[in-house]
Order: sequence, then structure tokens, then C-alpha cells
Amino acid sequence: MAISAEAEAIPGILPGKVGVWWFLASEIMLFGGLIASFIVFRLGSGGWHGEAAHLSVPIAAVNTLVLLTSSLTMVQAFATAERGDQRGLRTYLALTILLGLAFLGIKAYEYTSEILAGFTPGTGIFWSFYYTMTGLHALHVLAGAVVNSILLGAGRLRNPHRLELAGLYWHFVDVVWIFLFPLLYLA
Amino acid sequence: MRESGAGTLDTHEHHAERGFWRTYVFSTDHKMIGKQYLSLGLFWAVVGGLLAHVMRWQLAWPDTAVPGWGEVGPETYNVLVTMHGTIMVFFVAMPILLGAFGNFLIPLMIGARDMAFPRLNMLSVWVFALASLVLFTSFFVPGGAASAGWTGYPPLSAKVEYTGVNWGLNLWILAHALEFAAFLMGGVNYLTTAIALRVPGMTFFRLPLVIWQQLTATTLFLLSVGPLIAGAVMLLLDRIIGTHFYAAEGGGDPLLWQHLFWFFGHPEVYVILLPAVGLVLDVLPVFARKPIFGYRWIIYSTIAAGGLSFIVWAHHMFVSGMDPRLAMPFSITTILISVPFAYIMFAMIATLYKGSIRFDTPMLWALGFIAMFIVGGLTGIFNGSAPADIYISDTYFVVAHFHYTLFSSVVFGGFAGFYFWFPKMFGRLLSEPLGKIHFWLTLVFFNVTFFPLHNIGLAGMMRRIANPLEYEFLVPHQWINVVATVGAILLLASQIPFVVNVVWSLLAGKTAPKNPWEANTLEWTAPSPPPPLNWGTTLPVVYRGAYEYSLPDMAEDWLPQDRALAARSR
Repeated sequence: MAISAEAEAIPGILPGKVGVWWFLASEIMLFGGLIASFIVFRLGSGGWHGEAAHLSVPIAAVNTLVLLTSSLTMVQAFATAERGDQRGLRTYLALTILLGLAFLGIKAYEYTSEILAGFTPGTGIFWSFYYTMTGLHALHVLAGAVVNSILLGAGRLRNPHRLELAGLYWHFVDVVWIFLFPLLYLA
Repeated sequence: MRESGAGTLDTHEHHAERGFWRTYVFSTDHKMIGKQYLSLGLFWAVVGGLLAHVMRWQLAWPDTAVPGWGEVGPETYNVLVTMHGTIMVFFVAMPILLGAFGNFLIPLMIGARDMAFPRLNMLSVWVFALASLVLFTSFFVPGGAASAGWTGYPPLSAKVEYTGVNWGLNLWILAHALEFAAFLMGGVNYLTTAIALRVPGMTFFRLPLVIWQQLTATTLFLLSVGPLIAGAVMLLLDRIIGTHFYAAEGGGDPLLWQHLFWFFGHPEVYVILLPAVGLVLDVLPVFARKPIFGYRWIIYSTIAAGGLSFIVWAHHMFVSGMDPRLAMPFSITTILISVPFAYIMFAMIATLYKGSIRFDTPMLWALGFIAMFIVGGLTGIFNGSAPADIYISDTYFVVAHFHYTLFSSVVFGGFAGFYFWFPKMFGRLLSEPLGKIHFWLTLVFFNVTFFPLHNIGLAGMMRRIANPLEYEFLVPHQWINVVATVGAILLLASQIPFVVNVVWSLLAGKTAPKNPWEANTLEWTAPSPPPPLNWGTTLPVVYRGAYEYSLPDMAEDWLPQDRALAARSR
């Protein structure tokens, strides 16, 4: 006799998905708070463009491409999982993790060259925001890569539902970067 | 998640064989987790209450030795103020009103067997326990505990040199971060459970109001805490690696923290208030033997108040030096928010009108909540309008105001719920005479303690001063401080009947029947206390709303939610 709370959910409502969306709502407010603070400071004081000019737009543009591609492979992983193609699923999931790690690697290279050039979090308010916002985002990318690795390591995936939940989070992390890139590098 | 459903069942099925650790400590049962939150909250209530008494002693008889503590200097006084506020809001009010009642009631009242994510729920309470440990440890690190006020305003909090507290304040931030993580996990669980696990027939507009209030409070918490987490990260970075978010000399602005803090902080007071309102709303119809007045409009008002709570935050900042043009819009939104709350209070009183009122202990506490909260609500109007607030800001008038709102929520609302659901939680009845003594003593000495603070606040006494006698204009009013302190000591003593009552009931109390109060909601159809997984082999089915009392042409004056209409004629 199977009795469990989860098994008795209202048909058509997936508890996992509801939970992840509520979690993402609070995450939006976390980054929203940071981004709103940044915009208020940015509008309220001059001289930020000069600071932002020390960032490397080409490197960040490549990084944006890397992260967006990882979203594509994540969708592909889910699509192949729904078709029941376990090998394709694992390939795409591994690619997603690799692209996520590549993003972090490029970001680390960027941090290193900026710190070597003398721009640390204590240099000024722009740099305080830059390191905090991108750093918090990088932690989220890392968390996503860990979640994806757990899914990959768990072996055969019987239910693509879990992959969908991980995908929701992964796309959210991408979307955050789509806000951070123009705000920090281009504005 | 779903495929694991069948797997988790086995551990539940063999609950009878589970040992002490799995039953009382590492439990995934929502009822046990609720009790764990309750125990931690009560522990912190004792700590926070004792800190308050040391503060009150210092204010009444400055620089004399406090019994059991010793002399309190200004630095220690700052620690007391800070930790009392922090503990009472984040480690007493939230774990008791949200953690304990939310966990215990949500699955039972919607007919579920447990939370949607039971293991996440266990993680939530354990992260909260870790937060408690970190906060407790912070009292004993070199430099002492945090002393920058419970609101932690920079620049005071941003540099070690300003308060002399280094690790105490870092641990204070860490304890908050852990606490928020715990309640985020809990919040996701509450909302998912109520959305996904309602039994057949339990539509959203048949939910008991306490569930609506819990869900609104949880939503407010989830959507408001993010900016404060961002702000806390910035504060920690300012302290540890030298960023400049709050340092004016580096291009930052200390006011940024106040905006981020109160963007969270104002919804947070409703995170505490709404569950208490919910407890009272569910107690009133049972003891008035009448349907609740205006069920749907209470829900609409709650949601409206929740929405408005996001655009009132700067009323905490009228004297902060922000752009004065902001004062008027925030005054208007603040006064606007009193409309939905006035409606809710009106609905509570209208529920009593022409009811057959039973004055059992839970009802007394519920009525006490209405009376005391209205006092706090009315003083809120003065605080909310900038012209008045600029005069009374940061005085004891404000202290009196938020104790009338928060103390009434946590203590009066909380005890209404506690006395009402205690038989369901622990399977024993409490003593009615002791409960009534507890209520009347608390009501009287609460007012002796806090009402005079209005007067001394209007006379000009500022918050957070360690020695009122240092200010000449306050010396003639010192007797008010003595009255409040004597009241506070007696208020603490008034809790003795409560402790006796609970201990006596748990050891030798009468066994509680299923439905001692003749109430309608689903939890009263389960055994007292409900077994793991709550229901037998089949889930209850719901046929009606939660408040159908004293229906015409019925023998009984209550009609449980799970009784089919066919069973009605008898």
C-alpha cells in the first residue's frame, strides 16, 4: 500500500515545479535588490563610464555566448530525455556542465587580470558592485553546475521532470547574466 | 520528486518501529517539525525576555546591579537592545507563528499527509537550529554580541571601530543568513503544499483563514527577503574585504542599507502579524458559534495589505535624511494600508455580534488580541504620517506602538492559537482556570508595562539610551520608567501559571478527545495527536467552507468540513 504525501498531489500540478518557481521568485528579488541598488547609484553619480571602460567587453561578450549556448544544450538535454534517448541526454547534460565551467574559467581569468591591473572590490563603488554582482552570479552558475553534475552522476534518468527543474534554474541564471552584462559592461 | 514518492513511504509506514532519534530529532513529520520550531522559539523567548528585563531594570534604576547579571554599562546596554530585538523578531515570532503553527496546521487543515517536501522541511528546521547556535555563540566571542541595533544601520555596523564588536556582528549577519535560508525552505514548502496537496473539495475559497494568512505571510517573506540578503552580503563585504557600499567616502551611501532593510522590514512585520491574525480569525467563529463575517473580503483585504506592504517602507526613514519629497507619498501609502486592516478588525468584531460566545481560554486570548492590537494600530496612524512622526520618531512612543502590535501578535495571538490547538498537538487538555489566570495577569501587566511608554515617549524619551537620568528633562518622568519596569517584572511572573499548566497537562492532563472545541476544520477529524501521515488509509473529502456554525434546522450547532450533506438529517 503506497501512502505518501507527494503521491497524492492534485492531478496536473507538479509539486517540484511549483516549488522551483517560488524559489526562483525569491531569487529574482535577491538579484532585483542588487540591480536596483546599482541602477540608483549609477543614475545618481557621474564618472562610472570611465570605470566601466576598464572592463573587457570582448571577453564578456564571448562569455555571454558561452553561457547562452549552455542554455541551448540544457534545452536539448531535456528534449532528448523526453524522447527517451539516454545517450543524447547525457551528452547534452555534460556539454551544459562544461560550458558552465568554461564560463567560470573565463570569469576567473577576467577577475585575475582586473585585480592585477589594480581594480579590487575596495577600489571604488563601481568595483564594489561589479565584484559583488558578478561574484554572486558566478556562485549561482557553480551551484547550477553542481546540480547538473548530480543529475549526470545519478545514472539513468527515468523521469525527465527532474531535468526540467534543473533546467528552470539554469535558464534563470542565464537570464540574470543577460541583465548584468549590459548593465555593468555596456552602460 | 514524484518517482521517489513510493520510496519514502516505507520509512513512514514503519513509524511504530522508529527509534527516539528518528521520532523526535531527525523527523520529517510536519507535526514534529512544528513542535521543534515551537521549542526553539520558546527557548529564545526566555532568552529575549530575560534580556528585556535586564534592560528595564537598567532604565528604572540606572547603574545599579541587576540581580543575576551585575551592572550594565552603555556598551552592554547596546548589546541588550540589539539582541532583544533580533531575538524577538527573528528567533521567537517567526519560528512560533510561522514555523510552529504553519508546519503543524497547513497539512492537517488542507487534508494532506505531510508537506510537499518533507526532507526539505527537516533541513529547514535544522538550518534554523544552526542559526540559533550561531546567534547563541555570538554572545561568547571576544568583543561580545552585536550592538549596532536590531536594524544594524551602517556606518555604525559597517566598521569594527565604531562599536568595538568584530565577530559578534559577523556572526549576527551569518545567523540571519541561515535563518532566512531556513524560512525560504519552509516558505517554498508551505506554498507548494497548499497549492498542490489540497484534498478533493478543498478549494482555495474553502481554506481556513489561518491558512490564507500563513500563505500571504510566506509570500511576503519570499518576495521581500531577497533585497535584504543582497544588503547583508554588501554589509559583510564592507566589513570584511573593504567594499564601499555604505561608506560615503568611497562613493557609497549608508541610506542604501536603510532602504534595503525596510523594504524587507515592513513586509516582515506583516509576516509576523498575519499568522497571528489568522490564528485569531480561526478561534473567533468556534467560540462565537457563528460563521466568520465576510470570509472573502478578509482574504481580499489580506492580499491588499500584503501588496501595499511593499510600498510603505520609507515611513521608517522620515528622519533619516532621505529626500523629504518622499515623505508624503509614503505617508499616504501607510495610511492607506490601515484600511484593509481596519476591515479585518471590523470583521473580527462583527463575527462576535449576536454570537453565542463561549469564554474559554483561547477565546479570551483572541479577544485580548483584538483589544490590544487596535491600540497599536491606532498609534500607528500617528507614526505613519510624517508631520507627527518627525516629532515622535525614535522615542518610546514608537517603542510602545510596536510592542502593542508585535506583543499582541506574538503573545496574545500566539497564545490564542496555542491554547486552542494544544489538545491537538499533544493529545492532552490544559487547565482552564490556570489558562484564564495566565490571560488576565498577562493582560493587566502588559498594559502596566507598555502603556506608560506612550507618555514617556511623548515627553521626549529617546529609544536606545542606557541611562535616562543623564537627561535633565527626563528626570521628572523617571517614575514612569519605574512603573514600566515593575510591570515588566510582574509580566514575566505572570507566565508562571502557563509553565505550570503545560507541565502539569503533559504529565497528568486529561486525554483530549478528537474535537474538544466542537470545531469544523479538518484537523479536528484526526485523532489527538494525529498519527504520522495524519489520516487512515483514505484522505478526507471536503464538502463545505470552514465556518458553518449554528446553521438552522440542524441538531448540532457545528458542521465539519468533511461531512457530506446526506449525513445532515438526523
